[in-house]
Amino acid sequence: MNLLGSAGDGLSVKRSLALAVPLLAVLAAVPQFVDAYLTQLLNYGLVFGIAALGFNLLLGYTGLLSFGHSAYFGLGAYTAAFMVKYLGVGSMELYILGGLTVTALVTAAFGYVCVGYTRIFFGILTLALSQVLWTLAYKFFWVTGGTDGIRVAFGKMTLLAGLVDFTGPGSYQRFIGTYYYYTLALFACCVALMWVIVHSPFGKALQAIRDNETRARFLGIGVRKYRLIAFLISGMFAGLAGTLWVPLNGLVTPDIVYWPFSGEIVFMTVLGGFRSFTGPIVGAVVFNFLKAYAVASTAYWQAALGLVLVILVMALPTGIVGALSRLAGLVRSRGRREDGS
Amino acid sequence: MTLLKTVKLRKYFGDTRAVDDVDFTVAKGEFLSLVGSNGAGKTTLVNLISAFLRPDSGQILLDDKDITYASVDERLRAGIARSFQLVNLFDDLSTFDNVALSIFSREGKTLNLMRIADHDQDVRREAEDVLAQFGLAAKRNVAAKGLAQGERKLLDVAVAYALKPRLLFLDEPTSGVSTRDKAQIMDTISSVVRAGNVTAVVIEHDMDVVFKYSDRIVAMHQGAILADGTPDEIRRDPAVAANVLGLPATG
Repeated sequence: MNLLGSAGDGLSVKRSLALAVPLLAVLAAVPQFVDAYLTQLLNYGLVFGIAALGFNLLLGYTGLLSFGHSAYFGLGAYTAAFMVKYLGVGSMELYILGGLTVTALVTAAFGYVCVGYTRIFFGILTLALSQVLWTLAYKFFWVTGGTDGIRVAFGKMTLLAGLVDFTGPGSYQRFIGTYYYYTLALFACCVALMWVIVHSPFGKALQAIRDNETRARFLGIGVRKYRLIAFLISGMFAGLAGTLWVPLNGLVTPDIVYWPFSGEIVFMTVLGGFRSFTGPIVGAVVFNFLKAYAVASTAYWQAALGLVLVILVMALPTGIVGALSRLAGLVRSRGRREDGS
Repeated sequence: MTLLKTVKLRKYFGDTRAVDDVDFTVAKGEFLSLVGSNGAGKTTLVNLISAFLRPDSGQILLDDKDITYASVDERLRAGIARSFQLVNLFDDLSTFDNVALSIFSREGKTLNLMRIADHDQDVRREAEDVLAQFGLAAKRNVAAKGLAQGERKLLDVAVAYALKPRLLFLDEPTSGVSTRDKAQIMDTISSVVRAGNVTAVVIEHDMDVVFKYSDRIVAMHQGAILADGTPDEIRRDPAVAANVLGLPATG
């Protein structure tokens, strides 16, 4: 068994909470010790963490590699942006509601097409469908603003059904500080929800399908249906992340639907380790910092990130969390040996 | 009493007559062995009955109900389960989860997303009971890929058995294990199956095993049934001796 919760182990609720609660406390304390810039970076990390967590329900637990998760992230983002631009809506909760609804509908339709396939065919189909959405966002500029995108000012937005707004002096600082906790709360809910899902009978069935589709079928598990539900949940996590990302970024452009962003979600997940529950979250946070510093320090930041990926795949195939838990396992077994002697 | 019956069941692969108008019956409660050399059609016959393959023609009747074109799910609900010749497990799941999943599926609980699987006490008890019966209790938390070959074969049977079938097909449950392990595996399987009142059809090559454990033996050759009888009758059958056991026919 694996301290950090590898896919398919039997971690108890208590042990997982013993790990999660202190971590959550640390995350909650961080803004008290760092500046607004770092808080914002971490906030991005949490948002991408939600997307990667959703993505990994497909990759790590169902065995399906999607190259099109930018589509669902983008749907969540554009829905919020449209609600601002065309409906004048300012409530974050309504954005989330709208974003989830639209993402669910489109994900269900896309998923219906994709889950009949596996491996490279599944990957290519998800990629192709995401490119369709990207083309729409890019070409229908009179609706979407094209490459100029849609601006969403945090000043026009409220949290908690209008209880919290960001007008007046110092509003930017206030927004960064408050919005971080808003995201953190939703992040915690998403992590808890996903944890339950992957440990439910449904989650076990997904892992069974991943390991052996034929046998799963001969246990009476309807493979397509389970894949479709996993796809839907996965897309909705990405959609929620997309909506949460909008006020943080302040601008929605077609880049967020474009395939390189799907690649970044894959990158985050592999970086953290797709064979563990926490891997994608760790990967998303680390990736976001890596990227921010790479962009700030060199014009060739893509090359720097590419290099990291190459090293990663060769040296740490199980990702950061996989490597850490192996290390923890070594330390523990060593401790046991010393106790025994 | 007849539990399952096939009537002129046929499956050809091109020119190969894998199953050629076979009339095959299984009586309730028996432990039946299906023997024959490689390519005799044993696995194809089981594949047809378990809905892994569709027949070209003929009928499959379970309790006199036609299930020839019933889906895998329908057959499972009617009580037909199977294991596979090449071990077919969920390798990254624990031994416990492999069995628990069968029970969740049988109980229609696998679409439950909001309950932690390990907290279902009924399923937990039953899975632990099945593991104990198959002698796998100590390996409860080991990933299936970490089991020894003999344990994997037993787990493969346990996964099918946990579906609580009325009719269980086991495709070479002792292939790929040592002679010593073979006896132990067959002892376990036959005692569990008999204790659970499950009708079992076992495909097996090892004739010592077959003669020792079977109530009845059906020998196949080139897609057809060559002989059908008790172990004693089959042992004395000259056609079986020549075509299945590879012995020269004696008077």
